[in-house]
Amino acid sequence: MDSTTKNSNFKTEEYQINMGPQHPATHGVLNLLLTIDGEIIKKVEPDLGYIHRSIEKMCERDSYQQIVHLTDRMDYLSSNINNEAVCLAVENALELEVPERVKVIRTIIGELTRISSHCLWWGVMGMDVGALSTFFYGFRDREMINDIFEETCGARLTMNYNVPGGLMLDIHPNFVKRVKKFVAHFKTKIPEYDRLLTQNVIFQKRTKGVGILTKEDAISFGASGPVARASGYSCDVRKYHPYSALDKVSFKESLKTEGDTFARYQVRIMELWESLSIIEQLIDNIPEGEHRVKTNAVIKLPKGEFYQKVETARGELGVYIISKGTKNPYRLKFRSPGFSNLSLLNHIAVGGKIGDLVAIMATIDLVIPDIDR
Amino acid sequence: MTNGSLQHSISSWFPIPEVEELADSKEQHEINEISEENIEPAIPINSSLLEFSQEASQFLNITVQPEQLYDLMRLLKTNDQTHFDYLFCLSGVDFGEELGVVYHLESTIHRHMLVVKVKTSDRENPMLDSVCDIWYTAEFHEREVFDFFGIKFKNHPNLKRLFLTEDWDGFPLRKDYEDTINMIVK
Repeated sequence: MDSTTKNSNFKTEEYQINMGPQHPATHGVLNLLLTIDGEIIKKVEPDLGYIHRSIEKMCERDSYQQIVHLTDRMDYLSSNINNEAVCLAVENALELEVPERVKVIRTIIGELTRISSHCLWWGVMGMDVGALSTFFYGFRDREMINDIFEETCGARLTMNYNVPGGLMLDIHPNFVKRVKKFVAHFKTKIPEYDRLLTQNVIFQKRTKGVGILTKEDAISFGASGPVARASGYSCDVRKYHPYSALDKVSFKESLKTEGDTFARYQVRIMELWESLSIIEQLIDNIPEGEHRVKTNAVIKLPKGEFYQKVETARGELGVYIISKGTKNPYRLKFRSPGFSNLSLLNHIAVGGKIGDLVAIMATIDLVIPDIDR
Repeated sequence: MTNGSLQHSISSWFPIPEVEELADSKEQHEINEISEENIEPAIPINSSLLEFSQEASQFLNITVQPEQLYDLMRLLKTNDQTHFDYLFCLSGVDFGEELGVVYHLESTIHRHMLVVKVKTSDRENPMLDSVCDIWYTAEFHEREVFDFFGIKFKNHPNLKRLFLTEDWDGFPLRKDYEDTINMIVK
């Protein structure tokens, strides 16, 4: 026992430090104002807005086709799923039935997007807790998906592949072959991920029992996606409000009940397997047909309110459109998963150490443009 | 629960004294009609002040008076029949004349959904009750609404700008916001 703890003349004092906006663990321009007592966190206050572009206001100016392009720039790791959310909202409002082929391709690409996002997450998760090599392995596998996307639509990250009414282009003739090759490849790689990081003793000690979120709090904080499912809250939009071809496939919702950082990690690894299974069920049965139905050049939604939920790699994305019957939305709100997931950071990080906060933030998997919109 | 029975049970929490004997008759739709059409202003909490609508929306919509908002929300969360424990979207809306907030609610047990709307015509100093002690998620969402629409929330623990700087002039997502530096050209 050192003398300072015994001697009452020495008292610790709370003070504040900034973590970010340039901190590597914040994965973007997020500033966390930490109130700490030594190493112990007393309060975490996020300071947002460094890259706020006011996408919601821009949407009030733009046509529905243009809005799709803006959504890429929110959660850029789930860009295709964001595009799909707006397209589904517009199609539902117009009561437009898209061809089966479109639904299946959207779902396959959506799941590929999820895998690619989780690969990146897994890479930086390892890096955040001090295992640099995971970054290279994660990016190696993610590169294969990006190559498929590039061949399909010309873009690797911000895809803009969906349009209201279907897809911008039909899939490339190589698509099926390459996706199958990737699935076979990736199945041998997830066990490698487990051997490299999941079973690592140091990693487990850094994550087990850290940042525990109970189910009640997860619901009350509006958590969604892997963060909520690691606390035992069954909330997969793909199960409860299936969209596109997700009602035709069978998959297990990845659930854990521990609610700690390690559980959130495991849920994402489980999701990788489920996404692969969804792709395998669909890839051999892409129906023939049109890749797009014709819509009017100027899309006018009927008067009313429309809400569409989808499950991005981070959780539940909601698109809430209020239309007055014109070619622009009157109000468009994006309910982004990262925003709600960030709000629980203070709740689960208090009492832990700064190093724990880095691990917690890695498993909340924040994408800052998604929060700042 | 279907939208019809949801509407029935919610309106039954706030009985209208004059028509209480009607509630004994088992005609459910009759009660609903009365609760929709009876516009007698009186008694503070009263289902005649709740406006139910399902027009042009996939959810059941309730429009509530600002002074009733907190009580209604607390009941929606705590009542076993409704059990709306998941506030999945909270949006500020500038309705033109009025400013308002739209709450999207879901029950994680019953899996039904509901939209609650509240409007205030005071554009100078709009004030609504905060619901962040009912759903923790509202704390951040209400700060966002305050930031962009200038709606103040009573009993909010930390109401200050979230995205914009403290010295920002005006509330950008209002329809009458003057965009002097043409950041977003209309």
